[in-house]
Amino acid sequence: MDEMDFFRNALVYLLAAVISVPIAKRLGFGSVLGYLLAGMIIGPFVLGYIGHEGEDVMHFAEFGVVMMLFLIGLELKPNLLWGMRKSIFGLGGLQLLISAVVIGAVAVALGQSIGAGIAIGLTLGLSSTAIVLQTLTEKGLIKQASGRASFSVLLLQDIAVVPILALIPLMAGSSQSYNSSRELHYFAGIEISGWVQVVMMLTVITGIVVIGLYLVKYIFRIIARTGLREVFTAAALLLVISTAALMELVGLSPALGAFLSGVVMANNEYRHELEANIEPFKGLLLGLFFISVGASINFGLLGSSPALILSLVAALIGIKFVILFILGRIFGIRGGQNTMFAFSLAQGGEFAFVLVAFSVESGVLNPDTSAILFLVVALSMALTPLLLLLNDKVIMPLVYKSENTREEDSIEEEETPLIIAGFGNFGVVLGRFLIANGKSATILDDNPENIDVLRRFGFKVYYGDATRTDLLASAGADKAKVLIVTVDDPQKSLKIIDLARRNYPHLKILARAVNNTHSYELMDRQVDGFQRDMFESSLLLGIEALTHLGYKRYQAHRLAHTFRKHVRKVQHELHQHHKEDEMLYLSESHRHARDLEELLRAEKEDTDHQKDSSWDISSRLEEARKVNGLLPEE
Amino acid sequence: MVPKNKIVIQVFHPLLHKSRVNRVLLRALEGLEGVSIRYLYDLYPDYQIDIEVEQEVLLKHDIIVWQHPLYWYSSPSLLKEWLDLVLEHGFAFGKEGRALEGKYVMSAISTGGRRDIYGSEEKVKFSIRTLLAPFEQTASLCKMHYLPPFVSHGTYLMNEKQIGKAAQDYAHILKGLRDGTLPMDKLMEEEYINDLIS
Repeated sequence: MDEMDFFRNALVYLLAAVISVPIAKRLGFGSVLGYLLAGMIIGPFVLGYIGHEGEDVMHFAEFGVVMMLFLIGLELKPNLLWGMRKSIFGLGGLQLLISAVVIGAVAVALGQSIGAGIAIGLTLGLSSTAIVLQTLTEKGLIKQASGRASFSVLLLQDIAVVPILALIPLMAGSSQSYNSSRELHYFAGIEISGWVQVVMMLTVITGIVVIGLYLVKYIFRIIARTGLREVFTAAALLLVISTAALMELVGLSPALGAFLSGVVMANNEYRHELEANIEPFKGLLLGLFFISVGASINFGLLGSSPALILSLVAALIGIKFVILFILGRIFGIRGGQNTMFAFSLAQGGEFAFVLVAFSVESGVLNPDTSAILFLVVALSMALTPLLLLLNDKVIMPLVYKSENTREEDSIEEEETPLIIAGFGNFGVVLGRFLIANGKSATILDDNPENIDVLRRFGFKVYYGDATRTDLLASAGADKAKVLIVTVDDPQKSLKIIDLARRNYPHLKILARAVNNTHSYELMDRQVDGFQRDMFESSLLLGIEALTHLGYKRYQAHRLAHTFRKHVRKVQHELHQHHKEDEMLYLSESHRHARDLEELLRAEKEDTDHQKDSSWDISSRLEEARKVNGLLPEE
Repeated sequence: MVPKNKIVIQVFHPLLHKSRVNRVLLRALEGLEGVSIRYLYDLYPDYQIDIEVEQEVLLKHDIIVWQHPLYWYSSPSLLKEWLDLVLEHGFAFGKEGRALEGKYVMSAISTGGRRDIYGSEEKVKFSIRTLLAPFEQTASLCKMHYLPPFVSHGTYLMNEKQIGKAAQDYAHILKGLRDGTLPMDKLMEEEYINDLIS
């Protein structure tokens, strides 16, 4: 590809995505369908802007799936994963096994050899991780029963790709064909025995776990300290890519490796920042992937034998749907959730492209069959968003009228109602107070040193700059109730508040005011509450001072109270001045000096806080003396 | 119609979120025109009562209700603090202190004990009216009229229905006081203001 080609292709892909996705979303189809349609339109059979190099793009874009699994891993704490073991191996295992047997039997009945039947059955038993997870996430279903079950099945399929890859060459023997001498063959092109490979697989997996658990945070801490955001992004990408490369090297699924490293880092303090960094890449690559799937649909073949192809697609989806539906029932997925589950996994998957190509290479399948399989899989993938839409809009409302409303409640589990942005000296006291009262908080801070210490004491602190919307989003701002901004840079503080106000209007916002000007800005923004950071502690020390000067402690306290009230009043007046100043563009230092002067003058003029007449009987004594020196009545 | 009397309910209840009776009584008053409700423990969680604000409130209303549970035969401590601070010499009493003259005060209290144990010599030597004497006398010194109290007895054993009935009575009486439709002479002779309806 020369340079012009590159720009032309980029132009075509981006333009197609930018035009079709918003339209699809607007029509309620979801982004996946939009990308697929865009791919079909720019593909060789409609506009012909992209030709067969689309397949290279597809291989490249499959990396989006790897990133997606990494991100899902990040969301999934190891104990949560452990809790899913029954549905992964039970539900997932049975799904693949039964689907493979039934589909294989159909293939044999249609004239394939037994070996080819097994290969086809296993290949088509797999579903599309990319389409399913993207769609479920977009619909917010990933944390519901159907979403979790779907995920379990997909996870098992990812694991199963490894043995399937090993199995396919063995099938060649029972079919008509060429070289059946290929066995486990992977490592960097060098022929090695199966045992060595197993040992290497285990080593790599152990390596990923150990590095993810213990080493990564130190590396990220060093990088975070540089304060260069793009280096952090580069490191995040490097982490995912190197994991994938290692897995590939020993013949394991890269997506599985990325998922694993995501899981071991689910408790990592850099989790949110990693998420925020990887997310856009994942989105773009997945989009690219869907476009290339759309472009790969061979309309020529479809046109030449539409009846055959369409009935194969229908058979594939029908068989998988029935098996999934029955298994879902057995594994206790209720009503509407179950049709959702069965529909979402009833297509062929992107692994099928790899496996079909591999089967041809191994001589298990002939090229004609593979072209048909390719088309059937691609069509079934393209149909999935439509089927889910059908399920959503037609089947669900029809069959399960009442239950859908209740299911939603169980979504939340790990969300916290509080987000504290900034966990320096100020945030720590606040955080400790809230945590001491059983309120968990998601804490965002961008000082690596702080985080290290706090994590050691069991705080849930994450590294990140809260002035980014995506970080607020991954901290759960959409579900949180209160955001407390305690960062010490006023500019940053205001930026966070503006962002939160714009994107999460439901959030109550409390803020620390660093100086007077900052207080006025906070008042302008009508935050739900703010405190001048030094004010209270300074005043409390003032009370100490008065008691050392001979005041009674209680009296000093009352005086401080009166003073507080007075300051609040003055603050409002100064706020008004401040607004006028803004129009005059007075310099900051000029303003500060003027404010100080006004404050001090107000102190002198305020006679209130000099006298405190509570419990003071002097006025009564005076009155009593006037009335003949009698004692006042009590 | 403009209400004849403006009423303020000063609620002194440190544990309102756990209250069974007072909460329901107050709910019955929500949105009632001419009746404002103030939660003093929320306004002054640190006991630093704002005298200026409180005096202003008193001046703006004709009838003041002190609503609270009975703690140790008296009020929760914030009400005592409030009396000490807000009813200043020269404002509420003394030669110059006539700001509250002619206004009405009523205690609305709740207590776990049944009515018959108060003043029975066995358990509690004194009647509710005797126990409330300091409040009555305070009102008197401030030249205000002290209405018979609204008393909810036996709150521990009250069921939903009985609480509902009490709330209804409370709202009924306050509406009557607001509109000036209650027979004042007869009313002042009752031991409890509730006796007027039951």
